[in-house]
Amino acid sequence: MVKSLDQLFVNLKHWAVGFFPDAWQPLGSAILSIAPMVAVFGGLFAIITIFERKGLGRIQNRYGPNRVGIPFTDIRLCGFGQFIPDGIKALIKEDVVPRAADKVVHFLAPIVLLIPVLLAYAVLPIGRNMTIADYDAGVLFFFAVGAAVELSVFMAGWSSRNKYSLLGAMRGIAQMISYEIPLILSSVAVIMMVGSLKTVDIVAAQSTYNGLLPNWYVLTPWGFAGFIIFFIASLAESNRAPFDLPEAESEIIAGYFTEYSGFKFALFFLGEYLGMFAISGLGITLFLGGWNAPFPFLTWVPSYVWFFTKLTTLIFTFIWIRGTLPRLRMDQLMNFAWKFMIPMALINVVVAGIWHFMGPGLARWIVCVLLVGGPYVLLGRGLMENKHLGKRTYRFAD
Amino acid sequence: MTPLQGYLLLSALLFAIGLAGAVTRRNAILALVGIELMLNAANLNFIAFWRFGPNPEALTGVMFVIFSIALAAAEAAVGLALIIAIYRHYKTVNLDEVKNLKG
Amino acid sequence: MSPVFIILALVTLLSASAAMSLRNLVHCSLSLVVTFAGLAALYLQLHAQFVGFAQVLVYIGAVAILIVFAILLTRSGDTPNQVVLAPGWIAGIIISAVVFAALGWAVLNSNAIAKQTPAAPDVTVKNIGDALMSKYVLPLEVMGLLLTAAMIGAVIIAMRDEHKEVK
Repeated sequence: MVKSLDQLFVNLKHWAVGFFPDAWQPLGSAILSIAPMVAVFGGLFAIITIFERKGLGRIQNRYGPNRVGIPFTDIRLCGFGQFIPDGIKALIKEDVVPRAADKVVHFLAPIVLLIPVLLAYAVLPIGRNMTIADYDAGVLFFFAVGAAVELSVFMAGWSSRNKYSLLGAMRGIAQMISYEIPLILSSVAVIMMVGSLKTVDIVAAQSTYNGLLPNWYVLTPWGFAGFIIFFIASLAESNRAPFDLPEAESEIIAGYFTEYSGFKFALFFLGEYLGMFAISGLGITLFLGGWNAPFPFLTWVPSYVWFFTKLTTLIFTFIWIRGTLPRLRMDQLMNFAWKFMIPMALINVVVAGIWHFMGPGLARWIVCVLLVGGPYVLLGRGLMENKHLGKRTYRFAD
Repeated sequence: MTPLQGYLLLSALLFAIGLAGAVTRRNAILALVGIELMLNAANLNFIAFWRFGPNPEALTGVMFVIFSIALAAAEAAVGLALIIAIYRHYKTVNLDEVKNLKG
Repeated sequence: MSPVFIILALVTLLSASAAMSLRNLVHCSLSLVVTFAGLAALYLQLHAQFVGFAQVLVYIGAVAILIVFAILLTRSGDTPNQVVLAPGWIAGIIISAVVFAALGWAVLNSNAIAKQTPAAPDVTVKNIGDALMSKYVLPLEVMGLLLTAAMIGAVIIAMRDEHKEVK
């Protein structure tokens, strides 16, 4: 019973594929894997936008959307129907293209953003036996398709012929390139430990339990440091606050999608959120045990439930951070990436190697915690030197 | 025509296009792009020979291409840095206007 | 000659020609990206999965972005008004046509080319990693050194000359 519930969707798909004629079965199987994935994450996008607006509202001491429910009825659903009118509005709004814009590139930019982001979902294991394509170099595939996102940012910024767009695009590319390095380096530690780039293998390596606690990589010193680095870098990769300089509303209007309206703007919005879900999914796969249950007595809960629980938890952390942290300045952003994140990620790779070769025992815990914590303190101190960051004083406001 | 010949012809054509671009365009950046295309054509040759040749388990072709990709990245970084330095000095990146050896 | 190969070859060749012949440099670099993607797909066709993904990661994610950055930093993003071809461009075209003719003649007439297609090699990333860490460890180290040197060199070349600004 438990097992059949866990494999419900897998069996459902096999059953549905059986209806196709033999020659069409590979195609049918592909469609039946991809369509639900897109639908589920698209639906998640719709729900999460409402949650984000409500959450930000609470943090900023207001209500957020709470009116729209199911259309043509009196059911309000606490405002969770808001995405329906939002979607309709985006669809029927006029699509304005600036006269000076490079029309073709302007048109292609949102598509170039969305397609790689959707491709990235192919390697995410969202449940037991629920991976669309189990590539031998799965993690590399994920990062490779992520590289196209930068290109889309450039295309959008350059083709608009608007200085704010171009500024936002330059900021965005510089930020994404800088934070891609710690992102990849922090996953290298996990890949070293597992000895495989297959996402399914990475999840399988974290599926055992050590007493009551799971063997997730986040529960080791290098894994914890790696997860923090990965999380910060993924905030920057998905252009979320406090790293939302490319689209900083108060500085450069909306960054690279200033000149986008209507449906193309909605595509950018969708691509950004789907990218955020994808990168959180990779973080879950690498560090948080994928679809594994956190405790051995909870293994009866279906695997996909765990994946989506972890995913929503991470997304809520994203929202929480967006509501509470101020935006960084460009030089702070670059300094943080190159002088703190990349050295820490490199040290983390070495620490992971030491952890592997010291064998089990208390000694490796002490050594590895010191090796991760020492550089953290030293680098942090070194960077904060001569900064005189005291309590903020207001010269003119008082 | 065997598949290998198809790949080799494609690679030869790519090489010719890259060469033509590198020698006919005035802009230094495009000359660099042409060189990248020629490198890529060579990479395609290596992979095609690895796939259709004897002993694919020796991995020689794949290794060569991996190193060549790393090399191309280094080449692009240094080449574009040079172009930016040239631009700063001459205020142009047109190759036929950059002909002063002195100052 | 599978239809997939023909489509990919056409896409690669057309975008490569576009990358070399369009007037606007940004359009050139964007069509270059299509060429790189086509080549990556061809590598996947040839069962070289790791190389294909590495190609996308390095060429599209790094080299193409570097090129567009260089285009913007040298202010060549607008369509130029003057001639885009170098003075001796006819000679250049002839030379490359001759090169292609020679290469094509060699490819079509060589008897070293195997006539039958061998079975797809089963090469995993693990094999590549093992080879890199054992047989090819010296080239790997040299490559690391080269990349470090290139990075430092690029930074120094592109750095502003401090003394000149003072003068």
